[in-house]
Amino acid sequence: MSVDSKTVKKIASLARIAMTDAEVEAMVPEFNGILGWVEQLGEVDVTGVEPMTAVIPNSLRLREDVVTDGNIRDHVLANAPAAEHGFFGVPKVIE
Amino acid sequence: MTDLTDLGVADIRNGVRAGTFSAREVATAFNANVAEAKALNAFLIDTPEHALAAADAIDAKRAAGEELPIMAGVPIGMKDLFCTVGVEARAASEILNGFKPTYESTVSQKLWDAGCGMLGKLNMDQFAMGSSNETSAFGNVISPWRRNDGGNAPLAPGGSSGGSSAAISARLCPAATGTDTGGSIRQPAAFTGISGIKPTYGRCSRWGVIAFASSLDQAGPMARDVRDCAIMLEAMSGFDPKDSTSLDLPVPNWEAGLSSNLKGKRVGIPKEYRMDGMNAEIAAIWDKGAEWLRDAGAEIVEVSLPHTRYALPAYYIIAPAEASSNLARYDGVRYGQRNLPDGAGLQDMYAATRAAGFGPEVKRRIMIGTYVLSAGFYDAYYTQAQKVRALIARDFAQVWEHCDVLLAPTAPSAAFGLGENSDDPIAMYLNDVFAVPASLAGLPAMSVPGGLDSQGLPLGLQIIGKPLDEQGVLNAGLAIEERAGFTARPGKWW
Repeated sequence: MSVDSKTVKKIASLARIAMTDAEVEAMVPEFNGILGWVEQLGEVDVTGVEPMTAVIPNSLRLREDVVTDGNIRDHVLANAPAAEHGFFGVPKVIE
Repeated sequence: MTDLTDLGVADIRNGVRAGTFSAREVATAFNANVAEAKALNAFLIDTPEHALAAADAIDAKRAAGEELPIMAGVPIGMKDLFCTVGVEARAASEILNGFKPTYESTVSQKLWDAGCGMLGKLNMDQFAMGSSNETSAFGNVISPWRRNDGGNAPLAPGGSSGGSSAAISARLCPAATGTDTGGSIRQPAAFTGISGIKPTYGRCSRWGVIAFASSLDQAGPMARDVRDCAIMLEAMSGFDPKDSTSLDLPVPNWEAGLSSNLKGKRVGIPKEYRMDGMNAEIAAIWDKGAEWLRDAGAEIVEVSLPHTRYALPAYYIIAPAEASSNLARYDGVRYGQRNLPDGAGLQDMYAATRAAGFGPEVKRRIMIGTYVLSAGFYDAYYTQAQKVRALIARDFAQVWEHCDVLLAPTAPSAAFGLGENSDDPIAMYLNDVFAVPASLAGLPAMSVPGGLDSQGLPLGLQIIGKPLDEQGVLNAGLAIEERAGFTARPGKWW
């Protein structure tokens, strides 16, 4: 199947990446090239095959349901571009 | 006196333990090589003080008569994907500008505990996405190798661990960390005439390693020979409760287990790897590798991995899908760069930050990943790829009934020139055609130098092993290393 600029725009919006119309146009053939190439997977007979979820058999561990960390607010905020009053600062979202 | 920067991990450790030289002398010598090799652009950040402080700690321990750890006095390079406290970690991307981790990756902590110091943070493909180091936001790494045609064309050091490979082959460090998602340790090792091993998925903790594709990402050592890789892998491996996919198994003593006697071992040659139009010099070095392993006592058998040709397309669905999810965290809120156009709201800020911060290849992969995971396409692409991945893993499981390790080329060619493959994403992806199948199956795999091609450039041989059989991989690598007698090194022009 072939992807058009409308689809690329939609994907860019889902991925939260701003793109100019020129960038979108440039990506259309790249997208189609890559998707056309991976579509060969469709020819593999996968009847009865379960999708792989873990490469090495390894069951997820459970730990005690207790607090094991915390009290590191300054560490958490240390790299924030706009930390204010002990919180992450973002542009206003409610008018 | 020997140039200390010609020594590898084992020789440095042994010399420091014996008191032949001090750890400070070693760190000073490597710091000097790093400082004068700016032309290679292998290091993004130099941390000479870190290397010296670690060296002084080792020298003090020795003076106090304490036992020295397994990498005592060995200064290393750290791929920029690893978080180390207080030193900028950017995954070679603008989007992480200014990010100084407040925590230490498990692997780097283990290396400091083993006696290493850090010479600096190594350049790489942005978010480990690339095979030539050309996607770094901070410029290409230039391979120290040049073709013997006198043209001096700048060559790719491989990728994504291209800073690591260039730095080791240029004697800027005796060893370095790498990470391998679809060949990012093995292919750069092959391009620069060094060794590198990707262990079984789960051996090395992913905690504190900036994520690309979590079901594939594995850290591993890169160094100049097999013994050095064995030592460093031992230092890096081990169970970590902070990584949910970490294997809760003891770490074998791989260095002590090294043996190049392969009597009774069977080496499989996967016939599907002999592809149409294969480079004749790659085919020749592969045949030579098989001869060397036979000479070491192994029996050579032809085997079949029928789904090999589907590995690369499956990888280019699975890895971008995981990347699109992992890289959703770069939102300009919690760390790194923020772009806030005038009057922009929160959603616009996200989109502007990500547009400015990610490079073209990273955007391409996030977009592909978003697409294959989107409503209506998930089953056709992602589920299908995960089923094909199961078949690829099953091919390997069946092949272990016939052999102990597999021998294959590492890459389809020697190093190419910078810019030669960068116009066509798929041409670049094909570089990893021999590396990706083992990644999809989570298997240990290593590259060792086999020889030089007619252009005077290194060619690598790849050994793939059973799950958890790093020892078998290292031993076959050692058998090749002893017979290949690879001593070539790039002439110093930088």
